[in-house]
Amino acid sequence: MDFNIMATSLPKLLGAAAVTLKLLSLSLFFGLFIGLLFAILRLNKNPIINKFAYGYSYVFRGTPLLVQIFIIYFGLGQIEYFRTTFLWVIFKEPYWCAIIAFALNTGAYTSEILRSAFQTIKPGIIEAGKSLGISNKIIFYKIQIPVAIRQSLPAYGNEIILMMKGTSLASTVTLMDITGVAKYIISTTFKPIEVFIVAGGIYLIMTFIIHNLIKFLEKKYSY
Amino acid sequence: MEILSFGKIGWGDELFYATLMTIAVSITAMFIGFFFSLIFTPLKLSNNKFLNFIANSYTTVIRGVPELLVIYLFFFGGSGAIMYVASIFGYFEYIEINAFITGSFAIGIISGAYSTEVFRGAIQSIDKGQFEAVKVLGVKKHIQFFKIIMPQMFRLAIPNLSNVWQITLKDTSLISVTGLVEIMRQSYIAAGSTRDPLLFYSVAALIYLMLTFLSMKLVNRLEVKYSRGF
Repeated sequence: MDFNIMATSLPKLLGAAAVTLKLLSLSLFFGLFIGLLFAILRLNKNPIINKFAYGYSYVFRGTPLLVQIFIIYFGLGQIEYFRTTFLWVIFKEPYWCAIIAFALNTGAYTSEILRSAFQTIKPGIIEAGKSLGISNKIIFYKIQIPVAIRQSLPAYGNEIILMMKGTSLASTVTLMDITGVAKYIISTTFKPIEVFIVAGGIYLIMTFIIHNLIKFLEKKYSY
Repeated sequence: MEILSFGKIGWGDELFYATLMTIAVSITAMFIGFFFSLIFTPLKLSNNKFLNFIANSYTTVIRGVPELLVIYLFFFGGSGAIMYVASIFGYFEYIEINAFITGSFAIGIISGAYSTEVFRGAIQSIDKGQFEAVKVLGVKKHIQFFKIIMPQMFRLAIPNLSNVWQITLKDTSLISVTGLVEIMRQSYIAAGSTRDPLLFYSVAALIYLMLTFLSMKLVNRLEVKYSRGF
């Protein structure tokens, strides 16, 4: 056990933790919107719309995240026309490619979580709203969404932790997140166990914090 | 489409063998995972606090740390650890372990943490009366487990084990960083030499989709088979 290497790699890995957290929070932010959108589309009565939403979540849940990142980062740049559009400003950066891939991926899982939450809302709650003369729009925004969010909290907490682990794949497209830095230190010092303990420890602390945050929210919003 | 044909010009046969490799790694990893859960599930269910602690740390650490980091640990640390053990027995040459073994072990340990949780949940949801009835009838310990508890456990575990299988299958794509030629690595090589990453990564995505689709169908059949009489 080489404690020197552990001590010198700690500040580097903590610095990289900022990158991981940024990737995580941005992709969760965009992913939540994508998830909500597709959950609503899934509940649409029109078979074409809801098949489309189902196809989206099926494809993104059925393929590895690594393939998705590679298609977006390496694949899209190949299309000549695409490189002339304004979108190229975003897609040429590995940072944004990773965030887009993560957001689309977590969006697919989130849409499934929210869909099942919407479907398990007791019909009595909606009927009560209707009989009180509340408009459909307000029932949706003020009753269905808050209840669905509360019901999906435990599953969404797991999704956040899975996404946090998923951000480690950003290191495959040259980003220096915790895993990227850890790999760099390992390949220069050949001390895999020491670096793994420090990097793994940082990830575990983050998992622990997320886990307890979700537990706290569950308690706060329980009814 | 010539580029995807089988034979000397196309990448079809290479991708086919890569798919077989992915399936082989996934199945090996799944079995290594079963082996680990065979050890850790009883530890999780035991009344001994210390054994509980060991099993809980295994599942918590593995499920809280990115798969890629675990793979790097095995990839860079694997041969070092083997060489250290070998040096105790007086063997000092350089030993390199095969990428297949390292990869399957890394993914297997991850998959094992998930299946441990699945088996624990399944055993805990078996009706208490079953355990008591078995005791009252004086059935031998190992017959108890193999004939009464295990069949019921499998029935309850199949839906969740299918999730573990899907996770394991998708995790094998990460072994490509160690150079093992499975679907992802083969697509990377093909994309590099034909300058056509969009095509090859899309094909890779399609192959994975097909694999997950087929395994879903297979699991549904198993579920029907094991639910006979319920």
